[in-house]
Amino acid sequence: MNPSRVAAIVLRQLYLYSGSPQRVLPIFAWVAVDILLWGFISRYLNGVSHTGFNFVPALLGAILLWDFLTRVMQGVTTAFFEDVWSRNFLNFFATPLRTSEYVAGLVVVGVGTSLVGLVVMLALAWGAFGLSFLSYGAALAPFLMVLFVTGIALGITGAAIVLRLGPASEWLVWPIPTLISPFAGVFYPISVLPGWMQVISRVLPPSYVFDSMRAVVAGKPAAWDRLAIGGGLSIIYLGLACLFFASVYRYAIRTGLIARYSAETVS
Amino acid sequence: MTAAAVLSVDKLCKAFGGLRAVDAVSFHVAPGEIVGLVGPNGAGKTTTINMILGVLAPTSGRIEIDGVDLAANRSRALARTNFAAVYAPLPGNLTVEQNLRVFGMIYAVEGLSERIEQLLAAYDLARYRKTKAGVLSSGEQTRLGLAKAMLNRPRLLLLDEPTASIDPATARDIRASVTAFVAEGHGGVVWTSHNMYEVEAVCDRVLFLARGKVVLEGDPKTLPHQHGAASLDDLFVQVAHEALLPEHAP
Repeated sequence: MNPSRVAAIVLRQLYLYSGSPQRVLPIFAWVAVDILLWGFISRYLNGVSHTGFNFVPALLGAILLWDFLTRVMQGVTTAFFEDVWSRNFLNFFATPLRTSEYVAGLVVVGVGTSLVGLVVMLALAWGAFGLSFLSYGAALAPFLMVLFVTGIALGITGAAIVLRLGPASEWLVWPIPTLISPFAGVFYPISVLPGWMQVISRVLPPSYVFDSMRAVVAGKPAAWDRLAIGGGLSIIYLGLACLFFASVYRYAIRTGLIARYSAETVS
Repeated sequence: MTAAAVLSVDKLCKAFGGLRAVDAVSFHVAPGEIVGLVGPNGAGKTTTINMILGVLAPTSGRIEIDGVDLAANRSRALARTNFAAVYAPLPGNLTVEQNLRVFGMIYAVEGLSERIEQLLAAYDLARYRKTKAGVLSSGEQTRLGLAKAMLNRPRLLLLDEPTASIDPATARDIRASVTAFVAEGHGGVVWTSHNMYEVEAVCDRVLFLARGKVVLEGDPKTLPHQHGAASLDDLFVQVAHEALLPEHAP
């Protein structure tokens, strides 16, 4: 892998962000709105429940972690969409650039943008609602890592779907986190789900994160063995996502899809 | 095939279902040579170019760029080439300078800042360095595409209709810059065009493609006379009409 080529993909995105407030704002604006919304809901529930249960780390913490996963995924897919929107595939893929270098560049961009979003969310959750992520203890690191790897895997999968099905399939990619969230047990234990939904939950890495987070909030120790399962699954999915992208890319080269994507005048 | 060729294409085929878009095409480009690839729409020119650029896999056949097998060493082979095509404008949301920097990094160009300055001056783009590529005129975008194509001093330069839809003065400048590139001994060029006067003026050799096959090959200045045509333009029309006759149908 040539670092200069990976850096070129990252630099292209930095150029786009540097002169474009409309690209910078979504990195943190929507997650900030989510934090405010769920922060006030959590505060309201604390006031009316009279159970003494603190909803802030359970609900606000959950939405923060879920938004982090969403931001990671969207960081990767949005970087990819920039090449869809500017019809740039032919320019990029007719160069020495390898798919691994291209995808690595997208992932670096996803890491950067999601970290900015995470910092904003943490600052807002702590400043406005007193949620300290330190209350999750040592489990916070694997929480973030599992969600991070899963977000990258989803992002690469989304990019592969759009590469295979064309620009109009973008709308299939944006709602992927929303489709997964009922199964991931973001706000509730997966034991409340019907049996068939629980089966799906067990193969979703985030469900192990949110399960463990609720245990920590309830004063129990983090379920490290279950977090390890979630971590293992996320790494498997990342590998599968890379294979999927590579497979779609090979299909696109075989059929001429890459060339047609931007060169509609191919004779 | 020529051992020293910057491009060797051997029995190249591409089939889309039952359609043979490119059918056993073989040719080579020597260093310092400009080879014209001409033919009617649908003849297989761009399909051939796309295969040489590695964005379309051949059904069969072999492509070597500067002695490197494209199928086996795609990245190494493509590091020796570059291209400009009217249907592949550079990202319009980056400035001229940003585009050159990004693509210069992809081609791992040494002394990139200096190379960018040289190209901005050579293609009269210095005053547009901070201008978004998307707001440049057609001629300016073509010059930017050529500047990008020259970034890595390619051994093989592929130009797909580089002067399409630009004014005659700019077209003349572009032809001059490409012939100067070849004269400096950097490499060889494959040039597709529908402008036969341009092909005759620029190309050392011309290949006529029709229905995916090379049907004629030779010096564009002598080829029309050899085939009883008054000009290369007339020969093009003759070849295009013959390709449409029923006995030429696949």
